[in-house]
Amino acid sequence: MKITLTINNTKREVEISPSEFLLDVLRRLNYSSVKKGCDTGTCGVCTVLMDGKPVLSCSILAASADGHEITTIEGIEKDPEFKNISNALLEEGADQCGFCSPGLILNVYAMGKELKNPTEDEIKKYLVGNLCRCTGYVPQLRAIKKYFEVKA
Amino acid sequence: MIEIKDYFRPKSVEEAYEKLINIEGAEIIGSGAFMRLASRKINLAIDLQDTGLNYVKLEKDEIKIGGATPLGEVERSEIIKEVFEGKLIHVLQSIWSVQLRNIATIGGTIFPKLGFSDLITALLVLNTDVVLFNNGRMPLEVFLTEKIRKDILVELIIKNENRKMSFQYMRNSFYDFSILNSAVSVDEERNFRISIGARPAVAKLATKAMEYLKNNNDIEEASKLAAEEMEYGSNIKASKEYRKMIAPVLVKRGLEEVIQ
Ligand SMILES: Cc1cc2nc3c(=O)[nH]c(=O)nc-3n(C[C@H](O)[C@H](O)[C@H](O)COP(=O)(O)OP(=O)(O)OC[C@H]3O[C@@H](n4cnc5c(N)ncnc54)[C@H](O)[C@@H]3O)c2cc1C
Ligand code: FES
Ligand code: FES
Repeated sequence: MKITLTINNTKREVEISPSEFLLDVLRRLNYSSVKKGCDTGTCGVCTVLMDGKPVLSCSILAASADGHEITTIEGIEKDPEFKNISNALLEEGADQCGFCSPGLILNVYAMGKELKNPTEDEIKKYLVGNLCRCTGYVPQLRAIKKYFEVKA
Repeated sequence: MIEIKDYFRPKSVEEAYEKLINIEGAEIIGSGAFMRLASRKINLAIDLQDTGLNYVKLEKDEIKIGGATPLGEVERSEIIKEVFEGKLIHVLQSIWSVQLRNIATIGGTIFPKLGFSDLITALLVLNTDVVLFNNGRMPLEVFLTEKIRKDILVELIIKNENRKMSFQYMRNSFYDFSILNSAVSVDEERNFRISIGARPAVAKLATKAMEYLKNNNDIEEASKLAAEEMEYGSNIKASKEYRKMIAPVLVKRGLEEVIQ
């Protein structure tokens, strides 16, 4: 079946199978920043924005995304907020292998749009679905708190 | 692996129901988030996103939530933040992540009567009705005992009353499903409602304990009664014996919170 996705502001007609999930379609289209981890809705590395809201691309049918706007890391590359978030992560040593970073950055980006000055508790609640094997979360939390402090 | 032959996005619930009934192997889908975890074949996946079932509204003393509303929308609703001292937000936030809640729907969470469900346990202690397209409106506790296979959850209706509520759970880590959960509520006339879920069977009201609390104040005894009137089972998460032991503790914590 044919669907229309607006990916990073570009309208694309895509041929998909009704069984396919959005993650596989995005990777097939070379949006390789979108990672496949658990593929069961648990790890958050497949996070993309759908109509501005963070969603798990592994857990939403591609057909259900028909007509919606999808944003991946490639789509916010030139946004100063992207630079601010990734610099904060780099400065605090909060990314090691980097596999979780695209999903994490997109979720922090979405949090910034939704919550103006989040408390530590709100940050933790918002990011609970972004698992990281490497950092132990301490430097990530430090970096994200710093990002919001500077932003405020 | 989930195998879907065809996908359909109807413009009305009537159209969705007509396909659900007339096409063998047709199924309603929320986002597919939970369905995908099981291996199944679906001839027609019916997606309700264009049927006008995405809303949270307050009408007189009823809170109405559309069956295709993502949990995240419910969580962000100003109405839900206001009612029951905002306690429903706490329940919703116990359901995994922001990203999951932005896709998982009310229908996909209530209709399959999942045993570990946190939302069902909590909604049972509020006066909640389920509205099904074909089978009509019924209390949630009745819906949970009915064997309805093919229907569409159109709406949830929660009575907006002055009711204090508490939701308690036990899980190995936040990343896990509840091993056991319990909710308690009380209105101004001291009408208590108590539910226990994830036993691992789906939540049920503890009617004997609720009755006992009409004329008695002994919370310890009420918690024991509530725990005793339930059946428990073992699964990968916990044994029957463990669940039985922690049940009165969760109920007591809830009662203490609402009585304060
Ligand atoms: C990783 C993960 C963690 C989770 N953690 C928790 C947790 O901690 N606590 C908790 O309570 N829940 C948890 N859940 C379950 C979650 O709350 C939802 O129940 C589930 O994700 C439903 O998703 P969905 O709306 O996409 O439904 P789908 O997966 O699309 O559908 C699920 C079922 O519901 C049926 N259905 C969907 N909508 C309707 C409707 N309107 N009418 C009739 N039938 C319908 C479908 O036919 C299907 O059988 C978790 C789920 C996942 C994937
Ligand atoms: S790959 Fe989607 S949550 Fe892990
Ligand atoms: S930096 Fe390696 S998984 Fe997070």
